Amino acid sequence: MGNRINKKLKEEGKLLSIYFTAGYPKLGDTVEIIQQLEKNGVDMIEIGLPFSDPLADGPTIQQSSTAALKNGMTTEILFDQLKDIRQSVSIPLIIMGYFNPMLQYGVEAFCKKCQEIGIDGLIIPDLPVDVYHEEYQETFEKYGLINVFLITPQTSEKRIRFIDSVSNGFIYMVSSASVTGAQSGFGDGQQAYFQRIADMKLNNPQIVGFGISNSETFEQATKSAKGAIIGSAFIKHLNGHGVEGISTFIKTIR
Amino acid sequence: MKTYQADEKGYYGEFGGAYIPEMLYPNTEELRQNYIRIMQEPSFKKEFDQLLKDYVGRPTPLYFADRLSRKYNTKIYLKREDLCHTGAHKVNNTIGQILMAKKLGKNRIIAETGAGQHGVATATVCALMGIECVVYMGEIDIARQAPNVARMKMLGAEVRPALSGSRTLKDATNEAIRDWINNPVDTHYIIGSVVGPHPYPDMVARFQSVISEEIKWQLKEKEGRENPDYVVACVGGGSNAAGAFYHYLDIPEVGIIAVEAAGKGIDSGESAATSALGKVGIIHGSKTLLMQTHDGQITEPYSISAGLDYPGVGPMHANLYASGRGEFISITDDDAMNAGLLLSKMEGIIPAIESSHALAILEHRKFKPEDVVVINLSGRGDKDLNNYIEYFNL
Repeated sequence: MGNRINKKLKEEGKLLSIYFTAGYPKLGDTVEIIQQLEKNGVDMIEIGLPFSDPLADGPTIQQSSTAALKNGMTTEILFDQLKDIRQSVSIPLIIMGYFNPMLQYGVEAFCKKCQEIGIDGLIIPDLPVDVYHEEYQETFEKYGLINVFLITPQTSEKRIRFIDSVSNGFIYMVSSASVTGAQSGFGDGQQAYFQRIADMKLNNPQIVGFGISNSETFEQATKSAKGAIIGSAFIKHLNGHGVEGISTFIKTIR
Repeated sequence: MKTYQADEKGYYGEFGGAYIPEMLYPNTEELRQNYIRIMQEPSFKKEFDQLLKDYVGRPTPLYFADRLSRKYNTKIYLKREDLCHTGAHKVNNTIGQILMAKKLGKNRIIAETGAGQHGVATATVCALMGIECVVYMGEIDIARQAPNVARMKMLGAEVRPALSGSRTLKDATNEAIRDWINNPVDTHYIIGSVVGPHPYPDMVARFQSVISEEIKWQLKEKEGRENPDYVVACVGGGSNAAGAFYHYLDIPEVGIIAVEAAGKGIDSGESAATSALGKVGIIHGSKTLLMQTHDGQITEPYSISAGLDYPGVGPMHANLYASGRGEFISITDDDAMNAGLLLSKMEGIIPAIESSHALAILEHRKFKPEDVVVINLSGRGDKDLNNYIEYFNL
């Protein structure tokens, strides 16, 4: 069986991917959030494994992580919540988290568990491509996992080519030099960056993240990219409207 | 030859490296490619040495503590980093890094601080150079360390509260890293210890290595030999220790003793003894020993000394511990406070509580009468007066 991420990327149209922090707002919300997102037409989901010190995240995701940990979320609880997820959900699922909790679980054990559950990929912001390539790539591939790397407007062309060569799913294109969290639309500089990357004709399609919060930014981001990821804006919405409000939120995006 | 220095990828044995988000890669890469070359430029060296001499007040004395030596029946020398401008060794590093930032064309400085010592040392060199300075400090620490907050403000720095997580040093570090992600081009991040992603641990250790460079010639003058039997320093992140150990790392006959803060006791749940309580993991971009939950969440350490309560330890020290090259001892709050009082009464020197931890090993470990023991007195106790007053009802 090919990876669900690769199949999804081959479909026509632009992909909407949603990030949420597992264990937030309530510890037991994980499965329902995933089911609701699929039901409302979301194409792919990033399940955030909360970490005490999320370096690359802005205030919204930090606060949701702190709250999720306070709610009692752990790696083992998350895996337990997800153990039957493939009986009800068929879109690609990615776990996004920082490296230390995975290291403590055991990288191979973590990958194995992901495969058993039906997780398709991982995004680990603080595991650099060089270290992955030298130490972990074989393990990830053994368990059929796609590892997704980030690029930014500052990433050199040479490094982007290297990341492209190590990737086998998509490239996570960070919209600007920033941590996560909404900003007010994309300027000419960012549009030029999106276009520059599109013109590189990389092997892996690109999905834009950071700063996507509404239909306008989603459209701008996906003009030249295959899709876009919404995180902080969705968490803010969950915060205000709870799990019941998911369909309203998705309808405002597309 | 086996070395305890960093290799070219920034590893000390299995520890170190650069586990950073891609957003930080260009920032650290620029530094990595240039730091050794810049440090070796004659114009850089000249300015660095000049400032250490005329502005910081180096060389700091290597003082033979006669009364203390008689009490403990061994030869004790104190390396007087407490006499540096701003009151501690921290300024050796900030002088080096501000010059580095200038060479790299940066016009804005950010830093993290716990108790405020590194923040003050950073604000000081920014004032000296006329460069904009933002210091991140945990909201809780800001409340605890009002005099240092005021010092930074007088020196023209902006102090920004870190409101996330546990609102202490580790969160201030997170906030500084986030600021650097958001400002990748014009900003240099002055990390205050031998922690963080490569090349920081090595760069900071090199700037602090002036401490052991001086010990060598000073001891030669006094004892006729460059190498002591033991060199002792306290370790939080570990920058004063890195400086004191640096030129002795690869000389096996010099014993290296690292003193950590046991807080209220190793098993009390309120401790900062990372080597005893930590496991291998990733903190602030470095693979090292750190205090964490079973699940890999970083925990909040405790010590009466604000400069030692960091949940990790520099990768150099993690390797010294794991390899057995260094002897690691942890000292409780009580023992440190008493050692601080003893030095005050016997030698007329009021030490920082951090440094009191290093001094406390004299009660805990036997040395031979002919041993030469150099203790790095990393800072002075002015900043800790309130703690001393409270603890001893002065």
